[in-house]
Amino acid sequence: MRDVLRHHLFWPVAALVALLVANTVARPSFLAITVRDGHLFGAPIDILRITGPLLLVALGMTLVIATRGIDLSVGAVVAVSGAVALSHIASSPDPESPVTVLTAIGLALALCVVLGVWNGFLVSVLGIQPIIATLILMTAGRGVAMLITGGMITTVNSAPFKVLGSGFWLGLPVAAVIAFGVFAVVAFVVRRTALGMLLEATGINPAASRLSGVRSKTLTWTVYTASGLFAGLAGLLISADTMAADANNAGLFIELDAILAVVIGGTALSGGKFNLSGTLVGALVIATLERTVTVLGISPLVTPLFMALVVIAVTLLQSPRMRERLTAARRRQIAVPPEPQPAASPDSTEVKAR
Amino acid sequence: MARTTLTRTVLAAVSAAALFALGACSSDAGTETGGGGETGGADDGVITLGFSQVGAESGWRAANTKSIQDTLTAENGFDLKFSDAQQKQENQIQAIRSYITQGVDVIAFSPVVETGWDAVLQEAKAAGIPVILTDRAVDSDDESLYESFIGSDFVKEGVTAGEWAVEQYDGEGYKAVELQGTTGAAPAIDRKEGFESAIEGSDIEIIDSQTGNFTRAEGKTVMEGFLNKHDDIDLVFAHNDDMGLGAIEAIEAAGMTPGEDIKIITIDAVKDGMQALADGKINYIVECNPLLGPDLADIAKAVIAGEEVEKRIVVKDEAFDQEAAKEALPTREY
Repeated sequence: MRDVLRHHLFWPVAALVALLVANTVARPSFLAITVRDGHLFGAPIDILRITGPLLLVALGMTLVIATRGIDLSVGAVVAVSGAVALSHIASSPDPESPVTVLTAIGLALALCVVLGVWNGFLVSVLGIQPIIATLILMTAGRGVAMLITGGMITTVNSAPFKVLGSGFWLGLPVAAVIAFGVFAVVAFVVRRTALGMLLEATGINPAASRLSGVRSKTLTWTVYTASGLFAGLAGLLISADTMAADANNAGLFIELDAILAVVIGGTALSGGKFNLSGTLVGALVIATLERTVTVLGISPLVTPLFMALVVIAVTLLQSPRMRERLTAARRRQIAVPPEPQPAASPDSTEVKAR
Repeated sequence: MARTTLTRTVLAAVSAAALFALGACSSDAGTETGGGGETGGADDGVITLGFSQVGAESGWRAANTKSIQDTLTAENGFDLKFSDAQQKQENQIQAIRSYITQGVDVIAFSPVVETGWDAVLQEAKAAGIPVILTDRAVDSDDESLYESFIGSDFVKEGVTAGEWAVEQYDGEGYKAVELQGTTGAAPAIDRKEGFESAIEGSDIEIIDSQTGNFTRAEGKTVMEGFLNKHDDIDLVFAHNDDMGLGAIEAIEAAGMTPGEDIKIITIDAVKDGMQALADGKINYIVECNPLLGPDLADIAKAVIAGEEVEKRIVVKDEAFDQEAAKEALPTREY
C-alpha cells in the first residue's frame, strides 16, 4: 500500500480517476462506449482523441525539459503547420486527391522541422537561454502563420485530410492512434536505448556529460527538432479536426498545457530525470478536465477558476515537499497509537529533554 | 556562483520583457496597413482613421475586415490604420491609446467585450478625437463617449432565431442546447437574451448552455461534451455559424444527421454557413451583415464635416431557410 502511495504516478492517476468519477456521478453512462457507424463512440473515445495533439506537444516538451530547456514556440508551430497544410490544399486544383494531401502534410512537417532546427541552433550553438530562444519563435511564429493564411481563417473540404482529425482506424480515432503510436515509438527508443540516459545526463550537468563524452550539443539540437516535428504533427491533427487553419487561435496556450502535463507527470522543470508515462497521464488529466467542465455544466464565467483549482490541487499533491509533509503527518499518526504510555509520545519526550 | 546565476536570471528576465515589448511593437507594425508617420489632420482632405478589429476568430470577422479595408482606401479619401487585437481587450485599449498619441482624425473599433472602456474613451474625448463603434456596443452610462454605433441589433437576431424555432417546432417538446459566443461579448449576451425571450411560453426548453468562444474548434468540443452528457438533444442554437459548423462535425461523429436528427439554428450567414444550410445540415440562419465598411466611411466623413450623426445605425439583416439559401448562395458577397 505504501509503495502504491509513494509511486510517482499515484497522485496524477488519482486525479484522473477522481475526474472520471465526478463525470460518472454527473452522468452515469459517461464511461459507456458504444459502436456507431462501425467505430467506437463515447466520452472516453472523445477524450483519447482530444488528448492526441496535446500528448504530441507534451512529448516533445518532456524531452526538451529533460535537457534543462523549455520550448515556448510549440503553439506557434502548431499554427504554422495547420496554415501551411491547409493553404496548400486550398490552393491546389484537386483538394480531394491523396497526393495533394500527402504533399501538404510533407510540406508542413518539413517547415516545422526547420523551425525546430532553428530553436536548436539558437540554444545549442549560440547558447541563448532556451526560454528566450523559443520566445522569439513564439511571437514571430503566429505572424508567419498569419502571413501564410493572409489573415483569414483558411477552410477546405478534403476527405483524405479530414481523416486525420475525424477518421477512425480499427474503430479508434485516427488522431489518437497517431499520437499514441508516436508516443509509444519515442518511449521505446528513449527507454530501450541509452538515449534517455544521455538526455538525463545532459540535463543534470551539461558540462560534466560533455567531458565524459556525451555529445550534449547534438542531443540538445535533436530534442528541439523533435519538439518542432511533434508540434507540427499536432498542428495537422488540430487543423484537420475542424478543417480550418486559424492563425490566431490554433494551439493557443498549448505550450502552457504541455508544460503543465509534464509537471503533473512528475518531471521537474530543472531538467534531468524525466518521466514519459507521467506526461501521458498529465495530458489525459488535462483533456479530461476540459471535458468535465461541459459534463458538469460549469458556468463559463467560473470555468477558468474551476480549472485552476483542480490544477493547484494536483500540483500541490505532486510537489515533493508537500508529499514529505503528508508522509510525516501520516507517520506521526501511525507512530502514536502503538505507544503503551502517553508519557513516551514524541511530544512529551521533547518537553522533558528541554 | 550563486551571484552569477542570479545576475543571469535577472538579465534573462529583462531581455524577455524587452523582447515581449519588441514583439508587441513589431506585430502592431505588421498588421497596420496604410502609411505611417505624421498625420496632417483632416485639412488635407484625407481622413486618418484608426481601426481596432477584434481579431480573426470567424468567417464573419474576415468578411467584416475585408469590407473595411476595401472601403477605407486612399482613393476614397482615407488613410486607414488597422490593427488586430487577437480577441484581447488590453490589446484594443493599447491600440486605441496609440491612435490617440498618433493624433488620428477618427477612431473606430469593435469592442471585444461590453464593459471597461470608459477610461480610454475619456482619453480620446479629451484629445478631441471622435470615436465610432462598429458591430458591437459598449456598456457605458456616458453616451457622449462615442459619436455613433453602427451594427446589427443582436437582440433582434436572437428573437428572429427564437421565433422561427417556435413557429417550426413548438408543441413537440424540443430540448435545445446553446453554444454561446465569447463570455461577456455583446452579441453573446444579446443573442442569448433575444432567443430566450422568443421561446418563452413555447415548450422548447434550453437544457444546457456553454461558451464556444465563437470558434469552430471550441464549438466542436463543447458540442461533443453536450452529446456525451445528454441523450435527447433536438435543437442546437449557436451564436454564430462557425460554432454551428463545429457542432455539425461533432453530431456527424456521433453517428447522427445534422439538420434532421438534431436541428441547427445559427446566426451570421457567412459563406461556409450558407453552404451548410443549402446542403441541409443547418436549418435556419439569421444574417448578421458584416459589410459595415461603407456605413463607417459615411459616418466618419459626416463626423469630420461636423454634421450631426445618429447615435444608433441599425444594419439591415435578413434570415434564410434552406430554400432561400440555395437561391441566395450564388450571388452572396461573403
